[in-house]
This record gives sequence, C-alpha cells and structure tokens, in this order.
Amino acid sequence: MSYQDWFRQDRLPHIYCSGCGNGTVINCTLMAVDELGWKEEETVFVSGIGCSSRASGYIVTDSLHTTHGRALPFATGVKLSNPDLNVVVFTGDGDLAAIGGNHFIHACRRNIDLTVICMNNQIYGMTGGQGSPTTPAGALSTTTPYGSSEPAFDLSELAVAAGANFVARWTSYHVKELTRAIGAGMRTPGLSFIETMTQCPTNYGRRNKLRQVTDQVEFMKNHTALRQKLDRMRESGQKVPTDIIAIGEFVRRDRPAMGVRR
Amino acid sequence: MQGNIACAEGAIAAGCRFFGGYPITPSTEIAEHMAAKLPRIDGVFIQMEDELASMASIIGASWTGMRSMTATSGPGFSLMMENIGFAVMTETPCVVVNIQRGGPSTGQPTMGAQGDMMQCRFGSHGDYSVIALSPASVQEMYELTVKAFNLADEFRVPVFLMSDEIVGHMRERIDIPDQVPIIPRKPLQKGTLPFHPDADLVPGFPQFGEGYGVHVTGLTHDERGYPCATSPGLHENLVMRLVNKIESARDRIADYSITNPEAETVFVTYGPPARSVEQVVRDLGRDDIGHLRLRVVWPFPESALKLFASAKQFLVPEMNMGQVAREIERHVDQPVIPIPKLGGNLHSPDELKARLEVLH
Amino acid sequence: MRHEVRFSGFGGQGIILSAVILGRAAVMYDSLYAVQTQVYGPEARGGASMSAVIIDDEPILYPKVTSPDIFVIMSQEGFEKYGAQAPEDATMLLDSSLVHSRPQCRVIEIPATREAKEKLGREIVANIVMLGALVSATRVVTETAIEKAILDSVPKGTESLNLKAMKRGFELARVVE
Repeated sequence: MSYQDWFRQDRLPHIYCSGCGNGTVINCTLMAVDELGWKEEETVFVSGIGCSSRASGYIVTDSLHTTHGRALPFATGVKLSNPDLNVVVFTGDGDLAAIGGNHFIHACRRNIDLTVICMNNQIYGMTGGQGSPTTPAGALSTTTPYGSSEPAFDLSELAVAAGANFVARWTSYHVKELTRAIGAGMRTPGLSFIETMTQCPTNYGRRNKLRQVTDQVEFMKNHTALRQKLDRMRESGQKVPTDIIAIGEFVRRDRPAMGVRR
Repeated sequence: MQGNIACAEGAIAAGCRFFGGYPITPSTEIAEHMAAKLPRIDGVFIQMEDELASMASIIGASWTGMRSMTATSGPGFSLMMENIGFAVMTETPCVVVNIQRGGPSTGQPTMGAQGDMMQCRFGSHGDYSVIALSPASVQEMYELTVKAFNLADEFRVPVFLMSDEIVGHMRERIDIPDQVPIIPRKPLQKGTLPFHPDADLVPGFPQFGEGYGVHVTGLTHDERGYPCATSPGLHENLVMRLVNKIESARDRIADYSITNPEAETVFVTYGPPARSVEQVVRDLGRDDIGHLRLRVVWPFPESALKLFASAKQFLVPEMNMGQVAREIERHVDQPVIPIPKLGGNLHSPDELKARLEVLH
Repeated sequence: MRHEVRFSGFGGQGIILSAVILGRAAVMYDSLYAVQTQVYGPEARGGASMSAVIIDDEPILYPKVTSPDIFVIMSQEGFEKYGAQAPEDATMLLDSSLVHSRPQCRVIEIPATREAKEKLGREIVANIVMLGALVSATRVVTETAIEKAILDSVPKGTESLNLKAMKRGFELARVVE
C-alpha cells in the first residue's frame, strides 16, 4: 500500500492555492501513517475550520470536520469513547491558538492520546489574510496593516508547558524530519503535538516581501535552527537573532495519558 | 429521589455511556451522579473545560456509536449553541439537558425558570428543527430522559430535556421500571451514500470505526457527505430535509395529556406550571376548565389544540414572558392569554384561580 | 390529609437533609406521597436556608408549600424570614437554644443545639434531635419510619449517635407536651 491510497480521489481537485505548504504536511502525515501500518477503518481524522482543517476531507477514513477551534474537544469525545481508534487532528494557528486556545492547553494537560498536527502559516489564510496569534511582530496582514504590534505565541513551548507527551516543530521544507516526527508522535502514547511552519504564498508571503513560493521556503530553510543548537548558543553567551525559529524535538516523555488503546 | 438524579439514572438506563459536562448550578448533580456511576459500568465521564467543549465531546462520542449526553443551565446552554447547530447539520444523535434558571446572563442561579424555550428552538444560527421535552415531575425526569435518547437516535437530531431548577432539585417518589424501551440507531446500509435519507427522511448511521469511511462536516454537504457550499439547490434541499424529518413527524413525536376537552377555558402548560393547573382543576372540581399538558414542546403539537373544539380562550401559564403562548397564537383563532411568571417562583394555584375569577 | 412542613435555619445545620429524611420516611416507609423542595442562595455555610416537605396520602400536584402547618425553626434569622408569619393554627418546633423570638401559634420549645452539644457531645446532630421531636409532636410520619429514614441517610459509623439524637428528640417533645 502507498500513502497515496489514503486520498479520496473523488474529492480532487483540492482547494489549496498553488504553492501552499499544506499538501506537503498532509503527504508527510499519510506517509507516517502508511509506515506505521495503520488500518483505514481504525483511523479517524478530526479538524476544525480553516485551510488546514479541510485536510480531513481529502482522506478516505472516517473524518470529522468540526467547528472553528473545537477539533480537540470533538477528538477527545471520539478517542475516549473508542480508544481503539487512531485519532489524528489537523488544525491551524488561528484554529488552535486563538479561538481554540483553551481547548489546546486542556487537551495537552489531559494528555489525551491524540496526534495533533498544526499547520502554522502565521495567518488566517481562508478568510483572506488576517493576523493570527502566531503572526510575527511587525508582519503585515489585512488586520495589521501597519505591522503586527502583538507578540506571537510559541505553540510548541506552550504544548510542552501544558503537558503534551511529545512535541516537535519542523517546517514544510523539512519533509523527512517532519515525517519522522509525525511517526514518532503517533507511536508515543498521550498527546503528540507536531507543529509545522507552512508557507502561505497567497496571504502571507505576498504581503511580507516573500513574493515567490521559493522565497518563503528558502526563508524557512535559512531561519530555522535546531533547538538544541540554539540552546548551546545561548549558554555560550552568543546572541540568537529574534527571527530564528527553533525546530526539532522539544519533548518526549511519559506522563500519564488518557484514552490510550487498552 | 431528586429530579436531577432521576435524569442521570434515566440516562444510564437508556444506555448512555458518555457524559461530557461542565459544572453549573442548578444542573451539577447530574454531572456528579454520572461521574460516580459511569466509570463503574464501563462508561466515560469527562469534565470538559467549558460548555463549548462539552457539547463537542458528546458529538465526537456519538459518532463512535455511544449514547452521549451533557447537562447545563442557561449560561452554558448559550455556549453550546454553536455545536448544537453542528449536531443538527451533521445529524448527530445526542441529548442536552437544560436545568433552566432565571436569565438573562448569570441571572438567578438557584431559582427556576422556563426562559430558554425559544433558545432551544431557535438559538443556533440558520433554519432547523429539534425536539424538546419538558418534565413536570421526578418520574418524568426519568421517563423523558429515556425518551430523549430514543428520539435522538430515531431522528438523528439533538434532543433537549428542558427541565428547570424546580423539578431538578425537587425530591419525590419515583417508580423505576426494571427495563426501559430502547430504540437503537438505524445503521447505514453498506453501499448507500452516507447522507442519503430513507423514506422517513433520516439516513442510516455510519458509525466511526466500522469501515464506512464517512466524511462528516458542518458545511453544506451532498449525500456523499462532501462539502458543497455554493449550490443554492443543494443547500435548500438539505435544510428542508433537516426541518421536515422532524416537522413531518410532529404527530408521532407529540406527547401530551388532555383534561376536559369540552371546556371553553383551556390551560396549556408544560413543565412545573402543569402541576399548578392540575391542582386548580382538582381543587375546583370543575369540568369546564380544560387542560392541555405538553411533555413534548418542540415540534409543537398544534393538532392537540384542535381537540378542544369548544375552546373560547387558551390560558398559558409559563415561567417566562410568554414564549410558548406566542407559538400557540400562530395556530388558533381564539384569544391566547399568557400568564407570565418571572422571579423563580411557580404560579400558585390561588393566583391561577384569581385569574379565572377575573375572566369569568 | 396534606401537611406542609417548613424547615429553616442557617446553612450547615442540615436543614435540607432534615427535609430529605422526613420525605424519605413518608414515601419509603409509610407509603405516603411527599415532595421536598428548598430555597437556597450561594452560601454553602451560614445564611438563612429553608427547605420544605409536603406529605399527603394522595398524589401531590402543586409541589410548593403554600401555607405550612408545621414549622421547624433552628435560627433567629430563619425565624424572622420563614417563621414569623406562621398562622395561628400552625405548630412550630423551635430550637430554644438559638431562637429568642416566639410566634403566635402553638410552639414547642426544644433546646436541640444545647442538648446535642452537652448531652450527645456533637452539635451536628441538633437537626436530628429536632426531627425526633417533630415526629413525636405531630405524627406526620411514624417513629419507625423516621428511624429507618435516618439510618438510610446518615454517614456510616454515626448511626448510633443519630439514633440517640432522634430518641432524645422524642423525649424532649413528650416532656414539653
């Protein structure tokens, strides 16, 4: 079986813009699922609202495309009532960190056995490019026309602090690492949070001097560094530029978890 | 037994094995009882972070085939409206208990009211129909909770048990049957499109984990379950079906009792005011006072009103400003006289008798 | 015959539990009908709390108390709020160690809190002393029924203390009579 067998062929073409990073993340997810040998009938994809959340509809398994921000409590109900199901949540930065922020921290605290994949494109793509809780300070969006004046959330650090058993951050450039991280998350009992920085050429890049898709992918390549390396730099007194994004595995631990297959 | 406990016991008897809730007066005893009981019978109790999440969790659980429930009061009910709409659109069976208290806003947490009757009918956005039951005794808390689960599964719709602080916190005698009737969900026939309705306008249920590979979305969807949000005809047909599967079954869903159908003066009640009227009828010993006592309020059983062929006026005591009286007005030519009561107390029989004096 | 019994005191005295026990005695052990209701505020302790039981030999329709014929009053604030208006043909049992006012109606003074504290060693059973006195003085339920209902309702290990309190209530009411 190939990961491509997991796609609903009759749903194509998808709604994503050309150059969008979400497709890469979906491919990486399905490659990880395929490698793990999960069965279609035992797997459920749950999502909220936004570009990222349309992903669940392109996959052949049972899927629940829910309300804005609420994917995690829906997934909690699915997983706790049938722990034999593998439950994966697709979400985005607006869905997860703004309207769904409270559900996010509580799902991490409960450490429910879910795999949560956040496509963080730092913008509300579907509604036309409004600022989100992860829009970097100074970045332009339709609701931050003079540059965002708010500090951004670090979602992975938040998940670590809230108690998730597995947390990693990669980007849509880091395909192999991302696939491995998703697989590792899926194998870890408890809540696994995999954050993926994702390019949105239409609504983020275009407004922020990253006009070409490749500009944004290059940016993710050049402005990321392993978390451990950044820590070492800080320890040795070196200055880390503020626009460098930490990537890699943030935590892998064994806190008590809920909804684990019996 | 207390009304709230009877509700929880009725749910367990009906096979409810998932409760997601958030504490709120005066409904909390239901959550507490479920928290104590469910883990002992292989069920799941979870206290969610808010009522948005509670409603979401019971919908998620329902898709795995579980009978699921939440319980709340006005402020929490308002928060649930978003996902109640989702349950309607996705045809997810579930039971929502509202132990009503005085509103708006935080209002009177420890006092009874019936102020959410219109909210349960119209509170989420868009056009839709639901089923709402209204118990007047501890016995009915039990029986109507069981009935709520059966209706939810039969019609694939959220069903509301619209109780209130008075009945929820009242303790009285209850007879618990050895067994309750259970009408299970009709499964989807393999090979049928997941949202293709049968003759009763209700599609079979494609339970998660059974290999159906169903996509469930709150977006307007076709019979495959696929989003199709820009076709006017498809949207119209879907919404009309969601409404008609309930409204066309009004008479079948209806549940009421009738006293003195020849009367000219007819009380219409649901919930605790029913008992005030029954007291009046018993005290006065008169057969010229009619009483239509509704256990199902939505869909509104308008044909029951016609059974009072000689009616000259309908009196509607409600613990709100006349929410259901307004509905009755739509269906009859006779005068409809609301008898509103706010503040948390129930209409006393003397008050109603005085009202009758004035009218005669 | 419909009896309406109203209990009032401050939160924490077991005012609601007393009503629950009385209703239970009527329904479970005397085959009567009963409805128990209450009025309460946000306080878990303190404040004036009120609960009521209607006992009848036919099904109870209107579930709220309209004109109580029996009062059990265990605090001054409770008296002022829920007891002062008692009609003349009512019967009132009051905790004479805590309530200094007296009503117009027939009154039975039971120093329940003092008795509970001094004779029984636990102030917490004052409400059970009052319940015993209530049953002895009014016969709204039988003595056997209230005993069984008390045993159903009190925490394990406190049964004999509570039965002693109940019996002390029986005696005190007889002495007053």
